[in-house]
Amino acid sequence: MATYTKDQLKQLVNGTVDKYTLHDMQSQFKDPDRFHKILEVWQEHVDWDDRIILPLAENLFVVLKEDGKRIIKSRSGYEFCEVHENWKLHARVFLRNTEEQFDELYPRKMACHPDWMEIREYYDPNDGTLLEVEAVPPGYPAIHDFQPDIDTFYNEWLGQPLQ
Amino acid sequence: MSAPAEQLQSKPIGWDGKTLIEMTEESKRLFEETGRYYGVEDLTLLRDQPILYEKIFSRLRGGLVNARSTALNISASPIVRELGELSFAIYTPEGDSIALSTGIIVHVHTMSDAIKYMIKHNYEQTPGIRDGFIFCNNNSMIGDVHTADVHTIIPIFHEDELVGWAAGVTHEVDVGGINPGSMCYGHADRYGDGILVSSELVGENDEFYEHYLQRCRECVRAEMYWVLDEKTRLTGAQMARRQVLRTISEVGLDTYKKFMREAIEEGRRTFLQRSKTMLVPGRYEAPSFTDLPWADDVNVHGQARKDMMMHAPLSMTVKGDGQVEMSFEGANKWDYHSFNCAPSPMQGAMWVQLTQTLWNSDKINDGAYFATDLKLPYGSWANPDWEKVSTTLTWFFLIPGWSGMIRSVGRSYFARGFLEDISASYCTSWNLMQGGGPNQYGVDGAFTNFEVSCGGTGALYVKDGETACAAMWNPEGDMGEVESWESMEPLLYLGRGVKPSSGGPGKYRGGTGSEALRMVYNTHAQTLFNGGEGHCFSSYGVYGGYPGCSGYRHNMHGSDMKKRIENGEPFPRLDGDPEDSQISALCEAEEENFDMKAIQGPKHFGEYDLYLSMNRGGPGLGDPLERDPRSVVHDVNIGHVLERFAKSLYGVEMTREGESFVLDEAATQKLRDSMRKKRLEQSVDAKEFFDQQRQRVINKDFIRPVRDMYASSMDLSSEWNEKFRKFWNLPADWSL
Repeated sequence: MATYTKDQLKQLVNGTVDKYTLHDMQSQFKDPDRFHKILEVWQEHVDWDDRIILPLAENLFVVLKEDGKRIIKSRSGYEFCEVHENWKLHARVFLRNTEEQFDELYPRKMACHPDWMEIREYYDPNDGTLLEVEAVPPGYPAIHDFQPDIDTFYNEWLGQPLQ
Repeated sequence: MSAPAEQLQSKPIGWDGKTLIEMTEESKRLFEETGRYYGVEDLTLLRDQPILYEKIFSRLRGGLVNARSTALNISASPIVRELGELSFAIYTPEGDSIALSTGIIVHVHTMSDAIKYMIKHNYEQTPGIRDGFIFCNNNSMIGDVHTADVHTIIPIFHEDELVGWAAGVTHEVDVGGINPGSMCYGHADRYGDGILVSSELVGENDEFYEHYLQRCRECVRAEMYWVLDEKTRLTGAQMARRQVLRTISEVGLDTYKKFMREAIEEGRRTFLQRSKTMLVPGRYEAPSFTDLPWADDVNVHGQARKDMMMHAPLSMTVKGDGQVEMSFEGANKWDYHSFNCAPSPMQGAMWVQLTQTLWNSDKINDGAYFATDLKLPYGSWANPDWEKVSTTLTWFFLIPGWSGMIRSVGRSYFARGFLEDISASYCTSWNLMQGGGPNQYGVDGAFTNFEVSCGGTGALYVKDGETACAAMWNPEGDMGEVESWESMEPLLYLGRGVKPSSGGPGKYRGGTGSEALRMVYNTHAQTLFNGGEGHCFSSYGVYGGYPGCSGYRHNMHGSDMKKRIENGEPFPRLDGDPEDSQISALCEAEEENFDMKAIQGPKHFGEYDLYLSMNRGGPGLGDPLERDPRSVVHDVNIGHVLERFAKSLYGVEMTREGESFVLDEAATQKLRDSMRKKRLEQSVDAKEFFDQQRQRVINKDFIRPVRDMYASSMDLSSEWNEKFRKFWNLPADWSL
């Protein structure tokens, strides 16, 4: 069964893993200890101490607070909300809905038309990191990308209830 | 529905004296009672004789791959021969797939549906199912993606008993629709879709009925391709049948029967296990949209002449037992266009995505079908409540509709740590170039250009997407040789190249798309379609990555190309940057269509007219300001990204040295810092933002197609209606 070192997983996170290891990771049977190792890698990757219990998105993590609450927290340390909520409703939002604003991103005619669709950019309130982009018609509700069932995952799939 | 053995005119062909209907009902009952395929509890063959088990599977799989590789040489169509638009599979007597070849595996389940249709409608009674019979199907309401995909299905008998089915599918270059091309559109309903063969008996004694072939010749354009493709599919299916019978002769009938049941149950269990290994239980949302700007398109039918927007509110739920449920609850209603989908292609699309992501193994079969669930609201574009809807280009909605699944699966991979498998999703497979008319050989012709099988791929978590090389519907995409297309189409290639800034921006950018500029030549008239999204993005990025580009239309009617060529004057090879269009600069025309109406109904083109075919780039992944600035400079230097976007999008400052650019690191850092600050200054708190947007919703301040889309989704789905109202906290009396 395949296994990888923490250094290799750090390289995977940083985008510096060599292509042969990457190919192995993609094509071989998955390493059963990946989840626990990646938690350690991410924990070392951030500057704060709250325990990461689930990586949620590239710069977002679910952390377990001392009071038992599960909070969505960014790499910069911004705490958005509890895990069952949509973190986007607590972010900074920039709306692109003019052709001039689209011109910063795409050649004219190769972007959407603002009457049909707009681009919503969700930023980390601490440092302005772009966390997610939505391209939706005007009036579309915020997309709740991922609502993890953490209890089922830990209790039934990992067989290790959260302490 | 039940047809007991005594009602048949001849001896039942199922196992143990049962009819096929009885076998199917037994299978269904056992699955409902036990949750396992055919009630199989112990995989005894796999457990006690694992080498034999694997040998049987390998033999079947190898036989199918061999059948595909051999049979495609019979075809004359570049779509089949060069691009590999065919596949073969074998099935149980009930129509459940056991093993499949490489190729367009979306059809493994659609052919299964076609077999099940024959069983359900008691073909065993009439027209009968006998050794050497040949059945054909291209009806998506029965089991297919669209009319252009044609199935050949043959029964496999061992003595008097049906031991299964072999089937093959190819994509045709023309199906005799109201306009030329395999996926014509612009008509209102089924009656313009072309020849329809509904799981029909088309031959016996391993030969086609001559009257069937003659009907096909008379109904389709480019008849040579159709007839040779019939022989292609039959040959492949016969090779697959022979491989099954060889296997039975070596391992014995009972062992083969046991293998069939266990292989599918193993597939089901493997899928669930794979799900638990790779995913995280929970709910994922990833909606998508496509525009249909037809209000002013005189080339389409009156009933279709309006602006429309497709809504595909895909959600994925991973349950505690590993089952995966996909739902399109909230999808809007079908309409009088050709982009409606029957359930069969939607199931097939889920299949083709699963096999390229979660279950990327060659040991794939209908076990996945028994471990997944697909919810398609009745009456929506994804499950029309009128069977006469047109479905010639189902893919136009289906491709964007499923793009969210890749992002949702990727979010699971991220949570589990399997970053190496994350993709931002795929690009849409447009522009779809097709059409026909009197061709360069002086006969009536038709074609569908499959360059669309080579879009830019989505960015991965660890690298940029690949340039112009793949489609979601064919894992082995191939653009085809320019010369092959020119031999088939009366249009010369003036150029084929990468389309700059088509890949979705991101820390890792989407793969770059391509474009080809074509000139109608050696014919006085062609009818051509443009096909693709223009006012919308139809596939999106992830983690701060932006969508890949949308498309546009740029065609020149009544051009001065003849004069330019005769005089040796410059002429365009590509379009390049549409803000500095080569076509506009180097060609004059009586009519220039240069706009975002990227999907256009059938339009007349004359000799020397120009047609731009632009294939999309893939979506991006991650914040563009985190992209390695050296990669940005490289992209500009090789023409994948236009110079101005290095600064405005990626925050990269460059200086010119000779013909290339070099990075100014210090200025880049400074610029990026200021851009991050600007982001915070120009953005607002989410609460304020959504309060502002709520007012717009209350005022119903939308253009007609957006408003119609919301009204239709809310009308069809009380669940989506409630969700929309709840999110915006709308007054009870608010309605569209």
